[in-house]
Amino acid sequence: MGSIRIGAGAAWWGDRIEPAAWNAERGDLDWLVFETMAEATVSAAQVRRRRDPAFPGYDTYLDDRMAAVLPHCLAGRTRIVSNQGWINPEGAADRIAWWCRKLGHRGVRVAAVDGGMLTDRIASLADRVLETGAPLSDLAGSMVSAEAYLGIEPILAALDDGARIVVTSRVADPSLFLAPMVHAFGWTLDDWARLGQGAGIGHLLECGAQVTGGYFADPGYKDVPDPWNLAFPIAEVAADGSAVIGKLAGTGGRIDRRTVKEQLFYEVHDPGAYITPDVVVDFTTTRIVEEGPDRVRVEGIGGRARTPTLKVSIGIEEGFVGEDMFFYAGPGALDRARLAARILEERFRYVQLAADDLRIDFLGVNAIHGPASPPAAEPYEVALRVAARTRTREEAAKVGREVDAMAVSGVAMTGKRVPHQDRVREVIGVWSALVPREAVRPTVTIRES
Amino acid sequence: MRVQLRRVAHARSGDKGNISNVGVFAYEDAFYPAIKAQLTAERFAARYAGVVRGRVDRYAVDGLAALNFVAHDALGGGVSRNLCLDNYGKTLAAAVLDVEIEIDDALAPLLRGP
Repeated sequence: MGSIRIGAGAAWWGDRIEPAAWNAERGDLDWLVFETMAEATVSAAQVRRRRDPAFPGYDTYLDDRMAAVLPHCLAGRTRIVSNQGWINPEGAADRIAWWCRKLGHRGVRVAAVDGGMLTDRIASLADRVLETGAPLSDLAGSMVSAEAYLGIEPILAALDDGARIVVTSRVADPSLFLAPMVHAFGWTLDDWARLGQGAGIGHLLECGAQVTGGYFADPGYKDVPDPWNLAFPIAEVAADGSAVIGKLAGTGGRIDRRTVKEQLFYEVHDPGAYITPDVVVDFTTTRIVEEGPDRVRVEGIGGRARTPTLKVSIGIEEGFVGEDMFFYAGPGALDRARLAARILEERFRYVQLAADDLRIDFLGVNAIHGPASPPAAEPYEVALRVAARTRTREEAAKVGREVDAMAVSGVAMTGKRVPHQDRVREVIGVWSALVPREAVRPTVTIRES
Repeated sequence: MRVQLRRVAHARSGDKGNISNVGVFAYEDAFYPAIKAQLTAERFAARYAGVVRGRVDRYAVDGLAALNFVAHDALGGGVSRNLCLDNYGKTLAAAVLDVEIEIDDALAPLLRGP
């Protein structure tokens, strides 16, 4: 096989859907890959399902995404790999099979990859928290979920079994893209050089538009054409794993060595040892060559033997955050905001707010970079933003109640939003641990439309 | 001549748990030696004093004219419990761009920005 074309369909849950449809319709794709999970997705889904048994437990945009791309994918040759299964990949696969039937396609094989949940077993499999080195039992709060990051193997099993569409629970992001390469080119699972190159390309694709000009524009320094019309990337991957990253003609955005470099390092720690379940990737030898407008060749990424462990993400219920903001403008804006902060501090004492952490910032002055903000000139506008972390929802709600009162009992010329309901959010702390690879037994189930 | 890093490099930050990494990329290979020599982990840490509470590791990838700074305890205990409005630290990369770097006058024509 000469080369394969892999397109990105999503970089996160909230991503745009049209660029996925464009790739499906006009990308001449062999594969379309969706990445829709953040670190806390599984634990947040568990909490939601506990409260709302009707919540299906998979990507809440599953219908929108499938309705947009399936007609094109099924009319052509495009196969789909997606982690939209969240905590219910079987349910997601059933739903996708339903979509296939609805669109008039019978006999489409849809696979669900699952089996990474370790919530009941993690205490016996791991003893240390990766981030702190402390015993797992020291994690305060109740555990919501613990799930292993699966690699390519169960996806390959599904593809070998004839699956046209594979929907998974937690899988490491680059693995979603690497699996199609390994399937298409027949690489062995210890071909570290090719696996490293392929996983590196997967890493470049997993954040979608972040390699095609998204999260990049800085006017006058790094300009991006038509940034309202960004495409998701398409990689033409050769049998040795090298690839040309490109995008559909007629779309906005930019792909050049700079967009590729920024994405190569995104969320990477040691560039010489980027650990995935399938291979340890070495980015330090990467060669990035601009082949033409919006076409960049990426080769030379290295790989070393995979580790004997898998990373597990552990979600812990750690309480609540109450937050709100209100604002000032014109001469003396910052002085009024400072007095408002003083009033809030006194009020929090009066209502005995029990906060583990409290932060009052001036948005426009120091709310983003905090103590690292340089001294600012007097701002024309400033918002006071307050946030407190608490053990209970009731305590967190005190923040919003005290901010409400600032409407009439605060300082002059206080601007405020209508009281809204999203001022308390739950905190699910995400921690990591390593478990022996053999302890995790992924499952693959297949249904036909 | 002394210029803000912004004139010679671009940057992007990413999050993992309570760690923020900031990639710094020379716009031109010719700028890279000066950036590598002057933008040390210590200098980076000083710019983020009070925000980054843990150690800063620096990885230099000469072949890509890139530095990767890995800042520990940088996200207020982790993305979900961080009380900062920018709890992912998506904007953190911007702060380093006002650090000043001494570059050879001969490189002035290559400077970015207005």
